[in-house]
Amino acid sequence: MRSLKFLLQKEFRQIFRNPAILRMIFIMPVIQLIVLPLVANYEIRNVNIHVIDHDHSMYSRELIRKVTAGGVFQLQGYSANYKQALLDVEHDKSDLILEIPQGFEKQLVRESEAPLFIAVNAINGARANLGAAYLNTILRDYNQEIRTQWIQFPKFDEIPRVEVISNYWYNTHQSYTLFMVPGIMVVLLTMVGSFLTALNIVKEKEVGTIEQINVTPIRKHHFILGKLIPFWVLGLFVLTLGLLVGRVIYGIVPMGNIGLIYLFAAIYLPAILGLGLLVSNISQTQQQAMLLSFFLMMIFILMGGLYTSIDSMPQWAQVVTWFNPVTYFIEVMRMVVLKGSSFNDIKGHLGVIALFAVVLNTWAVVSYRKRS
Amino acid sequence: MQKAEENTQYAITAKNLTKAFGEFIAVDHISFNIKQGEIFGFLGANGAGKTTAMRMLCGLSKPTSGEATVAGFDVSSNPESIKKNIGYMSQKFSLYEDLTVMENIRFYAGIYGLSDKDIKEKSAHLLQHLHLDHEKNKLVGSLPLGWKQKLSFSIALIHEPKIVFLDEPTGGVDPLTRREFWEMIYEASQRGTTLFVTTHYMDEAEYCHRVSIMVDGSIAALGTPAELKKQYEAESMNDVFLHLARQATRQAD
Repeated sequence: MRSLKFLLQKEFRQIFRNPAILRMIFIMPVIQLIVLPLVANYEIRNVNIHVIDHDHSMYSRELIRKVTAGGVFQLQGYSANYKQALLDVEHDKSDLILEIPQGFEKQLVRESEAPLFIAVNAINGARANLGAAYLNTILRDYNQEIRTQWIQFPKFDEIPRVEVISNYWYNTHQSYTLFMVPGIMVVLLTMVGSFLTALNIVKEKEVGTIEQINVTPIRKHHFILGKLIPFWVLGLFVLTLGLLVGRVIYGIVPMGNIGLIYLFAAIYLPAILGLGLLVSNISQTQQQAMLLSFFLMMIFILMGGLYTSIDSMPQWAQVVTWFNPVTYFIEVMRMVVLKGSSFNDIKGHLGVIALFAVVLNTWAVVSYRKRS
Repeated sequence: MQKAEENTQYAITAKNLTKAFGEFIAVDHISFNIKQGEIFGFLGANGAGKTTAMRMLCGLSKPTSGEATVAGFDVSSNPESIKKNIGYMSQKFSLYEDLTVMENIRFYAGIYGLSDKDIKEKSAHLLQHLHLDHEKNKLVGSLPLGWKQKLSFSIALIHEPKIVFLDEPTGGVDPLTRREFWEMIYEASQRGTTLFVTTHYMDEAEYCHRVSIMVDGSIAALGTPAELKKQYEAESMNDVFLHLARQATRQAD
């Protein structure tokens, strides 16, 4: 145990003398938490719409006013023929074309219905889908409005109408920051944990000091604990910093017990640090360690449910996410922060992550060799 | 146990010690015995297998076949016990450059299990001996190479090991510092420490009690410098070395 004390002393001294590590710990989380939630956002704004109005009637003008009034659609062009509108789309100036046919008003008044044409530029699929869906909602509203205007008598509608009103629980205003910030915190913690540990050990390999350590009677698990404990402490520090940024800048106060987040992080970090150790065991240079960590990180992030919902992934991909520790922490973070989940709700996640910690660290200790 | 007692007269013994990496035999059946307090020069051209042999003796590399004992412990079965009894200074500088002189001393003394009182006494003595009193709070990275090497050697001795392995300790060091370095080696030897030294400087080979010269993974010659010069009718160790090294068929790295 005495040698552990000296190892820890040494590691902490080296960390506080390394400007790169300090920058990574202090500045990176703050910047990422401030910038990423603002841009990682699915809300569609500034959809450029091109309107072809063949009708030039009161109803068509009213329709155009209604479409552009919401702030989502920008009237990018207004022309008399489809060809010109398509040219605009081809030059990527417009995302949507709304064509109002000739006799729109006449047909509407006479037959109570009139066709409209929508063309969507689907190069950016998400934008096109949501834009079209939103435009459809506006058109439906408009439709409803006209009908209520016309059908004055009898006062009671003959056709029963069903209106669906959605009520969003846990995130009432469907705020993306509330959804993204807890997830980004997890990613930060994972990066700090795995990158720093892996790079730290591989650096000792490169410099040659690890050989000097290997020739001392130091116990393998002492050496590894000496590496894990400092980064465990740093990880919890980064988490605290993240929670503070979330609170100060976004006003995010976890609904549940903040102690639960720390409890989970305290078990999650050893798992991630163990992964860093494994990476360092198979890497000979910092470059190799960096590339390998980066590769793992990409998979963790893309398959962790941060940006895309796991439920909509194909079955095989969902199975892969079970083996991604990031998935569990993101889920727990969102559960505790948004929903106020209790210990009982997350204990299953805790169990899984504890298993990750045990397996990864055992693997790392076994594969670390003091001699070749 | 009996075997360990038998070997106590020798600090290091090796019998047909061999290390193969796949097809390539880096160290090929080498045998020697080194007495306590002896300064043993381990010479050979680059790629002759010196470092591999030394790494096996330090417990850093597992022998493919053959036997060796260091401080009475078997290198294959008991490398961790060997590590308590040896000091090691590799050709790569191995102190922490981002720690101060004092912090490096404390760290290595600490992991060898010295008490706080011992650490205090030893480090004070060491700093005084190396005239590093004023530099003790400087980062090791800022010291000149010669000073670093002397510090590194002193730290390898801090837990009073029975045997110290020095892998090209004076590479790139100026002649004056080299001379001081060898004075330190002699002092350690007089205190009963066994020193196992690899070097490319043939004047240093003359300072050793006995030397071995490795060629292509085997020991081509072994004896006192005087004996070897006589055997090969050479005027200096340099000539002996050149004579033997030219017989090598293996490409140097």
